[in-house]
Amino acid sequence: MLSSESLAKIDLEIGNYPAEHKEAAVMAALRIVQEEQGWLSGETIRDIATYLEIPPIRAYEVATFYSMYELEETGRHRIEVCTNISCMLRGSDGVVSHIEERLGIKVGETTADGRYTLREVECLGACVGAPMMQVGNGYYEKLTTESIDAILDGLE
Amino acid sequence: MAQIELNGQQLEVQDNQMLIQVADAAGVYIPRFCYHEKLSVSANCRMCLVEVEGAPKPLPACATPVTDGMKVKTRSAIARDAQQGTMEFLLINHPLDCPICDQGGECPLQDQAVSYGKDNSRYHEEKRAVSSPDIGPLVATAMTRCIHCTRCVRFGEELAGIMEMGAAGRGDHTSIGTYLGETIESELSGNMIDLCPVGALTSKPSRFSARSWELLSHNSIAPHDCLGSNLKVQTLRNKVIRVLSSENERINECWLSDRDRFSFEAISGNDRLMTPMVREQGRWRSVDWHGALEFAVEGLRRVIAKQGAESIGALISASSTLEEAYLCQKLIRGLGSHNVDHRLQQQDFRDDQLDQPPPGLGRSIASLESVKAALLVGSNIRKEQPLLGLRLRKAVLGGAEVASISALDYAFNFSLRFNQMDAPSAMPKKLAEVAAAVAKAKGVAVPEPVEQLLDSNGISGEADEIAEMLLKGGQDGAVILGFGALSHPRAATLKMLAHWISELTGASFGLLDRGNSAGATLAGSLPLHQQSESNPAGLNAKEMVREKLAGYLLFGVEPELDSLEQSAAQEAMVKADFVISINPYSSAGREYADVILPSAAFTETSGTHLNCEHQLQSFEGAVEPPGDARPGWKILRVMANMLDIDGFDFISSEEVLEEVKAGDRGTTGAQLPDWELIAGDKPRVIQDQRLESVNEISPYRLDSTLRRAESLQITRDNQLSKVSMSSPEMERLGIEENRAVVISGIGGRVSLPIISDQRVPAGCIHIPLATEEGQVLGGSSFVTLEID
Repeated sequence: MLSSESLAKIDLEIGNYPAEHKEAAVMAALRIVQEEQGWLSGETIRDIATYLEIPPIRAYEVATFYSMYELEETGRHRIEVCTNISCMLRGSDGVVSHIEERLGIKVGETTADGRYTLREVECLGACVGAPMMQVGNGYYEKLTTESIDAILDGLE
Repeated sequence: MAQIELNGQQLEVQDNQMLIQVADAAGVYIPRFCYHEKLSVSANCRMCLVEVEGAPKPLPACATPVTDGMKVKTRSAIARDAQQGTMEFLLINHPLDCPICDQGGECPLQDQAVSYGKDNSRYHEEKRAVSSPDIGPLVATAMTRCIHCTRCVRFGEELAGIMEMGAAGRGDHTSIGTYLGETIESELSGNMIDLCPVGALTSKPSRFSARSWELLSHNSIAPHDCLGSNLKVQTLRNKVIRVLSSENERINECWLSDRDRFSFEAISGNDRLMTPMVREQGRWRSVDWHGALEFAVEGLRRVIAKQGAESIGALISASSTLEEAYLCQKLIRGLGSHNVDHRLQQQDFRDDQLDQPPPGLGRSIASLESVKAALLVGSNIRKEQPLLGLRLRKAVLGGAEVASISALDYAFNFSLRFNQMDAPSAMPKKLAEVAAAVAKAKGVAVPEPVEQLLDSNGISGEADEIAEMLLKGGQDGAVILGFGALSHPRAATLKMLAHWISELTGASFGLLDRGNSAGATLAGSLPLHQQSESNPAGLNAKEMVREKLAGYLLFGVEPELDSLEQSAAQEAMVKADFVISINPYSSAGREYADVILPSAAFTETSGTHLNCEHQLQSFEGAVEPPGDARPGWKILRVMANMLDIDGFDFISSEEVLEEVKAGDRGTTGAQLPDWELIAGDKPRVIQDQRLESVNEISPYRLDSTLRRAESLQITRDNQLSKVSMSSPEMERLGIEENRAVVISGIGGRVSLPIISDQRVPAGCIHIPLATEEGQVLGGSSFVTLEID
């Protein structure tokens, strides 16, 4: 079930397009619901499709096309470490291994308590601050072992 | 017009065409996978790349419009190189498992790899593998073979009207499938098998049983709906392996409904009767034809001697051929009886005495896609006549408006402008309102019986709007009656009102009945056919089962399932002194028949069907009937000869057809409406306490063949064959989902689980016909629930 807050936000998006093209809001709707629920389950995608009056497979096509839609449940905090060329030259391998060690998980895994998911990502466009990582919506740059610990300690 | 040069050949071509269309018309083949003339252009497979002079790169012929002065080379070095390159990429992730693939031998990918590909592969890396979901009993998947042409996706979205397949993921993670692996429910899903240019989608019922080059192909005509779709029946060693569509733009285009495609399973199945059977002292015994026919003839003579010829009746399947229906009624009339009918699920026969033409669409099949307005009366056109539904959907996409008056909220694959869904007893009133609104607009007086059907509220605003829509449509309008109207307790009223509406508005008048009903009507398998003093009226199908005759001749029917009043029919058969069942299946009629004669199925006999355009289509048998089974017309001919009935010297089914044509007096003009006949109709009376029943028959239980087609029986469409009610109604009555409730109807009491079904109107209960469940309740107008 979609919450009334989400539906209100989706309605705003729908309003940006001609009335007969409700489906144009599909990407925004997926994003809005993901922000609220953390990820997009099959049932959620079906609910969104029903609300936009499109076949569920149509919404699913969009959700699977873009990598930033989460189709599986993740930890509360998604830690995404850039391992692309600039960050790699500035020691992203060490960043990854430090986080792995600290959290006791490998890249791609989620901690047993469901708090953290660790991932490798490609360039996030912050090479000037390499090595960097993204946690949720925040960028953290010029990472050191200490700063990583501080960042992780600061997460609830 | 544009002047172009194609491989050095000068062509004068229409503007707004794509290069590939022009090339096809000129007989120049350009390889393709994603392009299909009936689907939108997606240009994603890149196989049709050709060289166009002046263009910097090869262009896809399917998406390049012709322009004046264009010079195109389809086999130049550049074109060939582009095609070979495309093919090399397509084959990178293709498993090349042709030896174990059902498509092998008729595979465009295989063929074009040979004709347009390189002779070797440079790819040594790992290939991807894709999981293959189970998408239902009809279509088998092997998605590793898929080349992402998206024909199946576009077919669902554009033609079938429900997008069930889609392309998930992207890049080399793309995979075609259904939403979370759901099964597909389209009534046209088999067409995706034909469209798939590789072995990703193949036919589940017929896969792994033959190679395409081993098959013999025979033209035939489909028996299950009123289109008479053209078929290719493909056989191996006298067995039907599969059925494909045979292109006919006027009728089925290149499509085929799942019903016509997969019903062959019953014919090639295990339930075929191989020898004639007679029952003596309650035991079944196989006998030879002579013995069986003598037994049958003696039985008939015994009944006639004891109770007279009028105590015999014949019930004929609407899926029979014209010739079979004709000989069957001729035989019965030759015996001196006039009780013959093929309309087993009709209950209102008040208009029988009118001289009506055979049921039909009232316009050409192809013209249905250009109507501007349509009024559906009790018609689930999408499931009842799938390919007509496809035509109407095209009309709607082109701007046509459709109104539906029905007793079930059908899931159409097009949008309705007006949906007047209400209890069955409200249908005459709703239609009368539209009729009165049309009359009012035309300044025509409303006849008394129509006036009577209206209640004190008069004409609703929506009825006025429907009338306006039809009047605006004029000759481009269509009024169509379906099963919900034909099986309605007031069918004659609905017919007359609809006919009157079509007369006043100029719209075509269509009665869409099942199978070869039109042929059976032309053949005279009606109790009032060419009535005269020497040929008095007989009993109709309903009277025949209600009056419990002494003898029955059943041709292709199982009355306990095919009749509307299933329980009365069952009782009549069991009580009868003598029952002859002529049908292809071993299990049919075992409970009550005295003799069962094995007849040929539709792929095994020659014959003719009359379609809804009133076009006669004859066909030959594709295979020999199994065992001692014989074509129906031959059985009837020999039986008539042994009964010493004159005029049965036919040596071919063509001769029978000639006689039907010669004897056809046509109709003396449309006699509808005859208001006298419905003068007794009262406005709707709301019944307290009781629930009104809505009859429906699953598209896959229409005749004995379909009921034995195993794969169709397990489709989602067939799962709706349950007693059901709307969930608010169930809540009101305190019934839990799937809980058994004692229901009393016309045939007695029965305890059945009830499921929720949003299509059913308030105060109503949905009764599935032709099922075991429906047996006690079938034909009830009202039922009572006993809830503790």
